[in-house]
Amino acid sequence: MRAPAQLAEIWVYLSASPLLGLTVTLLAYQGAWWLSKRAHFHPLANPVLLAVAALVLLLKLTGTPYPTYFDGAQFVHFLLGPATVALAIPLYAQLPRLRAMAFPLLAALLAGSLTATVSAVAIGRLFGASEASLLSLAPKSVTTPVAMGIAERIGGLPSLTAVLVITTGILGAVSARFIYRALGIADHAVRGFAVGVASHGIGTARAFQVSEQAGAFSGLAMGLNALLTALLVPLLIPFLKHWL
Amino acid sequence: MLGALTLLLVFQLIGEVLAQLFALPIPGPVIGMALLFAALALRGGPSPELRDTAQNLLQHLSLLFVPAGVGVMLHFHRIGDEWLPLAASLVGSTVLTIAVTALALRALMRRTEGGK
Repeated sequence: MRAPAQLAEIWVYLSASPLLGLTVTLLAYQGAWWLSKRAHFHPLANPVLLAVAALVLLLKLTGTPYPTYFDGAQFVHFLLGPATVALAIPLYAQLPRLRAMAFPLLAALLAGSLTATVSAVAIGRLFGASEASLLSLAPKSVTTPVAMGIAERIGGLPSLTAVLVITTGILGAVSARFIYRALGIADHAVRGFAVGVASHGIGTARAFQVSEQAGAFSGLAMGLNALLTALLVPLLIPFLKHWL
Repeated sequence: MLGALTLLLVFQLIGEVLAQLFALPIPGPVIGMALLFAALALRGGPSPELRDTAQNLLQHLSLLFVPAGVGVMLHFHRIGDEWLPLAASLVGSTVLTIAVTALALRALMRRTEGGK
């Protein structure tokens, strides 16, 4: 368990104010990681799911409000930015394959991105979700900060969107293996790319557990889908509202 | 490690500034990622230090989503009221998106590779 300790060291070094929220986040995550490892990284033992469940329980039991917790946890949350930038490095390692696959990747991205938005809104509507919820669901497949920005622009609830985004991430990370098995998808580039389009960074984290190549393509898909969704969703929403 | 972390933050900062300056709908870190990718392509690859730091950061990418995930506790009320449409939408749409993307990519790759 070297890496979490190193992450913690960086933040003790840089922030010089380690808080309770930060410490319990790291402890909960290391516990969740340990359990996940014991389960041989089975997709159902997802570390985000386990850590979030443990922390929500802890905060509820101690009566701690979320903003108090987030004061400390924001140091971890902040690292999402540099981690997103760092995705360029595994991506660069895949440059030759990327060049060869540019057209199939972009076409599959467009198909996946449209499916993500249209099916989320259509299924939600079919089951009677409120309009605020539908608008919060539309950008659910892209990384948290982008999704929150889109939700705000189209009239959804950004903080609800954040939760839907994380849940989507966990669902994709948990279910991808079973979907690929059912469809007979073996190529790690394809596996990584599809989970990255549907489940952003949590899918990418899962893909890195499987292989470096799956992780790199997942990171690429996450970045490209963030760009495409930011452009597509505001254009799609008037049509979806009219059509549904 | 610190040098590499600083470099990542500098690229993020450039991304944020460009996003603000041109009022782009794309978030700063994603622009930073694209710029770093371009820089690596020009320079011919990352230094071993940068590669190690990125690997450390990405190995535990899951950790970074935990604080936002705990925010679920703010929405227990709405989720309780609308759990069925929300769950159906998330499960259905996630499975469909993975399946459609994977099948489309596999089919297109076969065509491209078959055309060689």
